[in-house]
Amino acid sequence: MSTIQSSDVQEIHPDVALVERARAGDLAAFDQLVRQYERQLFRIAQHITQNREDAQDVVQDAFFKAYQKLEQFQGNSKFYTWLVRIAVNEALMRLRKRRTAKTVSMDEDVQTEEGSLPRDFADWGPNPEQQYKQSELKEILQKTIQGLPPGFRTVFTLRDVEGLSTEETAEALKLSIPAVKSRLLRARLQLRERLSRYFRSTKEATAEGARH
Amino acid sequence: MNCTEFIAKLDELFERHNIHEQLREELRAHLVQCEHCVVTYNTTKQTIEIYRDHELYELPNELQEQLHTAIMARCAQAKRCP
Repeated sequence: MSTIQSSDVQEIHPDVALVERARAGDLAAFDQLVRQYERQLFRIAQHITQNREDAQDVVQDAFFKAYQKLEQFQGNSKFYTWLVRIAVNEALMRLRKRRTAKTVSMDEDVQTEEGSLPRDFADWGPNPEQQYKQSELKEILQKTIQGLPPGFRTVFTLRDVEGLSTEETAEALKLSIPAVKSRLLRARLQLRERLSRYFRSTKEATAEGARH
Repeated sequence: MNCTEFIAKLDELFERHNIHEQLREELRAHLVQCEHCVVTYNTTKQTIEIYRDHELYELPNELQEQLHTAIMARCAQAKRCP
C-alpha cells in the first residue's frame, strides 16, 4: 500500500532565512522583516493602546527588543507570531503606565457570567456604509472598539482584524485555546450589541422610538 | 439545541479551520427554527466583516518612513543578546 509522505515535509517560511541572515549580522535582512510587519504591528499597537504616539513607541520598542533577542527565537512558531507577542506585551505595558493606578492585563474585565451574554434582536439596516459617511463610520467603529476591555479588544484585533488563527492568537497571548475562543465570542457579541445602536434597521429604530 | 447553546457555540459558524461538521449542522438546524438567532448570527457576521474591511488605524507613508528609520537606527547601534 502506498503512503503519502508529503505531510511529513514541512514548508519553510521565507522569514526563517531572513532571521538566519539577521542573526549572522546582516542588518539588511532585519530591515526587510521590519518593512514587512511594521504596518500590522502599528495597527495592533494602536488597537490596544488607543493612542497614536504610544503605538509608535510600541512598534519601535518591539522591533528593537526582537532584534536584541533574535537568538531566543526558537523557530517553532512563526516569526510574525513571536513579534506580535513582544508587541502586545509592550502595548499592555504602555496602557498600564497610562492608567497609573490601575493594572492592565489580558485578564482584566473578562470574567463574564455565562448567562450574561448580550442579546439584541434588532436586525441591521441593509448597509451601514450607506447610512453613514466614511468618516462617521470610522468614528463609530473606533469608539465602539475602544469601549471593550483590553483583553477582549486584543483577542478580537488579532483574530478578526489581523486574521491570525486561534492557535497563533493563543500563542501570541500566552492563553489557552478555550480562553481565546471564549474571549473572542464575548468580544464579538459585545461589539455587535454596541454597533446595533447605530446600525439597526430604520423600521425597528422608529418603532423603538415610538415606544419611548 | 436551545438559544443559549447556540450562542455559546456560535463562533463555529465563523471558523475557517478545524471545522466540526456535525456541530455546524446542529447550529444550522437551530437557525432554521429561530429567527432571533438568525438576527444574532447575521449581525455578528456583519460586525466581523465591517472591522475586517475598514482599516481604522492607518500608518501614513511619511510616518512609516520616520518610524522605520528610527527602528533601524536603534538596531544598528544595538548589541544583541547571546
